[in-house]
Order: sequence, then C-alpha cells, then structure tokens
Amino acid sequence: MREKISLFMPALIAWFSAAAFAALLLWLSGYDVGLAFTALWRGAFGSAFALAETAVKTIPLLITGLAVAIAFRAGIWSIGAEGQFLMGALAAAALAPALAHWPAAIATLLLFLAGMLAGTLWGALAGVMKIRRHVPEVVATILLNFIALETVRYAVTGPLMEAAKQFPQTEALAPAVRLLRFFPPTRLHTGIFFALLLAAAGYLIFSRTVFGWHMQMVAANPVAARFAAIAVDRVRLWSLMLSGAVAGCGGVIELAGITYRLYQNFSPGYGYTAIAVALMAKLHPLALLGTAFLFGALENGAAAMQRQANVSAVIVYAIQGMVIIMVAVMGVLEMRKKQT
Amino acid sequence: MLGFYINILENLLRSGGKLAAPLWLAATGETFAERSGVINIGLEGMMLSGAFAGMAAGLFAGNPWLGLLAGIAAGIVLAALFGVLTVYFHADQIITGAGLNLLAAGLTGFLFRRIFGVTGAALTAPAFAPATVPFLSHIPLIGALFSQQPVLLYFAFCLLPIAAFILNRTPTGLAIRACGEHAAAADTAGVKVYRLRFFCVLFCGGMCGAAGAYLALAHAHTFVEGMTAGRGFIALAVVIFGRWQPVKIFFASLFFGIANALQFQFQALGSAIPYQFFLMLPYVLTLLVLVFAGAKIGAPAELARPYRRE
Repeated sequence: MREKISLFMPALIAWFSAAAFAALLLWLSGYDVGLAFTALWRGAFGSAFALAETAVKTIPLLITGLAVAIAFRAGIWSIGAEGQFLMGALAAAALAPALAHWPAAIATLLLFLAGMLAGTLWGALAGVMKIRRHVPEVVATILLNFIALETVRYAVTGPLMEAAKQFPQTEALAPAVRLLRFFPPTRLHTGIFFALLLAAAGYLIFSRTVFGWHMQMVAANPVAARFAAIAVDRVRLWSLMLSGAVAGCGGVIELAGITYRLYQNFSPGYGYTAIAVALMAKLHPLALLGTAFLFGALENGAAAMQRQANVSAVIVYAIQGMVIIMVAVMGVLEMRKKQT
Repeated sequence: MLGFYINILENLLRSGGKLAAPLWLAATGETFAERSGVINIGLEGMMLSGAFAGMAAGLFAGNPWLGLLAGIAAGIVLAALFGVLTVYFHADQIITGAGLNLLAAGLTGFLFRRIFGVTGAALTAPAFAPATVPFLSHIPLIGALFSQQPVLLYFAFCLLPIAAFILNRTPTGLAIRACGEHAAAADTAGVKVYRLRFFCVLFCGGMCGAAGAYLALAHAHTFVEGMTAGRGFIALAVVIFGRWQPVKIFFASLFFGIANALQFQFQALGSAIPYQFFLMLPYVLTLLVLVFAGAKIGAPAELARPYRRE
C-alpha cells in the first residue's frame, strides 16, 4: 500500500505545481486563466467525443512512453523515441506501396515488422556507439532524432512523395491495411488495444523475466552487475533495441490508425513528451496508462485552448518541462525520506 | 585557378568561423561545468532562451549589446534553476537538463507568439556590425577569420586564452578540476564544492545565453522557434571531441563550424544532392566524429555524480 501512495503523491504534486506554473504564466501574459483552463478541460474531457480524441492522443504517448521506460529502466538515458517513432512510420510508409496486392492481414503484419525493425536498428545504432565507443546516449539519440527527421523530410518531398506531387506527403495507405476506427465519428482506432497489450507485455518483462531483473541491476549499479556475471553491455544494447522496436511500432500504429500518410511534421514531438510520461509513471508500465492519458488530455485540451482562448499550444512543452523537473525534485525528496 | 580555390577556402574559413563562435561559447561554458563535475544537457534550452531574450531586448532597445546582456541574463536565470536543483538538492542532472530543454522550448515559443504574434517572420533584430581587425586580417588565408566578421566573434576569440588560463593555470581552475575528479578530496582540502560547482553552472548558463544571443543577433538577425536546431547537443559533442580542454575545444568548434559552412558552399555551387542531406550533415558528422574519436579519454572522473557533503 505504501508503495502505491509513494507513486501517486509525487505525480500529483508535480502536476499541480506545473499547472500552477502555467496559470501564473498565462496570468502574467494577460490571458483569462479561467477561460483558458475551462477550454482545456472541456477540450480534453468535456464530451464523449473529446474523451475519445484524448484516447487517440494517448495511444502514441503510451507506446513511446513505454519505449522510454524500457531504456531508462536499464539506466540508458535515451531521448531517441522520437527518431525511432519516425523511422518506424517511414519504414512502413515506404513498404506499403509494394504490398498493395498482398492479402491485408499479411500486409499489415509486414508493415508492423518493418516499422519495428527500423526502430530497432535506430536504437541499436545508439547502443553500439554507447557500448563500443562510449558515446553518451543522450547526445547520440538526439542527433539520431535530427537525422531521422531530415530523412523523413527528404522522403516525403522526394522518393516517397504522392503521385499527384501536390503536397509533401506520401500516398495514403490502402484502406485494407488501416486500423479499424471502431467508435465513429471519432478517430479512436484499434491501435489502443495494441498499446494496452504492449504495456502489459512491458509489465511482464520488467517484473517477471530475468532480462527485466538484469535491466534493473544494470541501472542500479553497473559495477555490481558486472560482478554478478551480468553482461552489462548486452543488457544495455538489448534494452535500447527493444525500446526502438516499441517506438517504431508506435510510429506504424499512428500511421495506420490516424494519419494514413507520412508528412514532414508527422510527430508533434510525441517522443519528447514520452519522457515526461515515463518519468512521471516512475517507469512503471501500468502507471504509464494513467500518465499517458493525462498527457494525451493535455495535448488534446491544448488544441481546444488554442482555438477558444487563443493561447498557443506550445505552452504544453513548458508544462511538460516543468513536470519533468518536478519529478527530478520529487525523486530527491523521496530518497531523503527513505534515508531518515 | 589557384586563386579560385584560395577564394573558396577563405569563404569557408570566414563563414566557418562565424558559425563556430556559438558552438565555442556554449562548449566552453559546458567545459567549466563538466570539469567541476556537473553535466548540463540543458545547453540547448539555455541557448534558445538566450536567443529569444537577446532578440527581444535587442529589438526593444535597438542595441545588440543590450540584447547580448539580456541573452546572458536569460541563460544565467535558467542555469540558476538548474544549479540549485542539481548541485544543492542533488536532483538527477540528466533528467533536470532534459526538462529544462522542454521548458525553454515551450516558454520561448509561447512568449514569442504572445509578444510578436504567430507571424513574427518579418522581425529584424539589430545586428552586430561587421568589423575587420587591422593587422590580423592581412595574414594570408587565416586573415579571412578576422575580416568582415560580427564584432561579437572577436570577443569570443579573446575568451579563449582567458578560459584556458583560468582553467589550467590558476588556483580556481585547479579547484574546479579537483571538484570534477574527486569532490570529497577537494572538500577535505578546503574547496567549497557546492559553491564552485554552482558558479561553474552559472558561468555555463551565461555562455550559453551569449551563444544564443549571438545566433539571434549576429547570425540569423531574428528569432525562429527552435532556431538552435540541436546546436546545444553538438556543443556537448564538441566538449567530448575537444577532450574537455579549452584550446582543443576551440579547434573542435572551428572544425564543426567549417563543416557547417561546407553545406552552404555546396548548396551555393548548385549540387544535385538534395538539400536535406546538407541539413543532416552536421548531425551525421558529429556522430561520426564521436564514434571515431571515442568519448571516454579525458572525461572528469566524477562527471554527473552529485556530491553529498557528510
């Protein structure tokens, strides 16, 4: 029971301080704080439609959040979910035209495999640089994000551009390989079940497998882990690859469930928001469900806030940044409590 | 024909030097922070804040020097937040830095749109006037570095010997290095570890703010959301490539600056390669350099390890 409280309270405090910070910022810059927050709330939770759209935003955040959690669990500070997400979507978008005449089930499966493979490779690159050449993963993964972004930009304006050559985007996915939107008119799609399955799988890996235990050991004390005959480097590499596979899968799900096309700003920074999602859930896959939903609500509500209260949605990043900083602070306070 | 190539080389050096300055400023700040044992991955956010504050203040005051001061101040404010949390409260340096980057991206974007509207594209900040150094500019080839460059660049050059001297030849520098190698031993020897680390972080913030202001006032002459475009992270790589030593870091920044300038030269020559590959080049090159140079030699022993005074 104590465990649960210590998970819940810091998250609550982090959110409240971030909200207070946002309110102060809005008030100082002359906005109607009440109006803005009402618009945010209604946009996120106000109706069945709003809730479904919040769930739509939750899906990529849950998956990329899980990807971040997998890396962080092994003590790898990967900021690379964004790039892996993009590479996953890119691989699927590139492969899709070739599978036009294949049976839908096989084509879908292959799209997912391609996306996961691309994400895995993107994660493995950072992993190999880390364990072979000691390149800090923070730097490597960020740079890989930029490279992935430019690759997508190149692909959608060049080789993968739609046949009409009108917009910088790929051809739309064939209807057969799209994920079913089961709650029309909202865009809520079956990807949500994939996301839940992934979270459950993450939970099992962390809590029930040797690999999950090794990740924890490596994160807690790499030297001790080495003495315990754990192949530290291999655990690090595998967790980065697994993290990449999950994020890549998220890219495919977003592509097949929501956008159907790849374009320049395919991801509004899901992979970065994912860091806040994962940290706030204390890297726990089931707690991720809650935090991903909260951040999904924030993303969705911010769009409504922009429309109705004229507050630009970029403020969301400031709020996320505050949440991350607060989580770091709460972590310290907790350690102190344990020591006394 | 020779004249043609020399001309190209001079152009490369000139624009390379211009692009190297913000990297060098931020990387020098980071060197002091890292040598004292604190890794600050919030460089990007601090630079972005410096760019925004520099542009806004420069525009309102109509003077780039006031803009520079505002940029430095913005960097220091963020660094103070980072320093208090990581040095005094032992918060995780990586997590706090990552949060800081998001916070700065959101804040600058929000304030920019609030103050200048969504279409702030037409803004032109007052620029640092280009100047030519009397004697140095006549040196063949190298002279290109010293002719028709923003004044701020020369100040950045002047910082090199000062930074190297302080870090390598003064008691303060020794204390800083001691904090990064073995904080407990430094403490025993009477060094105020917390205070010194905190000041190094503040210095880093100020340098990043200056780097950001440079980008806005001497390079882009305006502010664009996310305009630092990963330079903060490239600066982190520069520190590693330069082995945590100011002089080497200077040449590492120059290397990256010239590589960046190469992109514009190629584009200007009208090459058939898609421009996205040139945009990618700085990031790819940074990774390649890190991979081939390796990243472990020369790192402070207690980097990123919070010091708890017993």
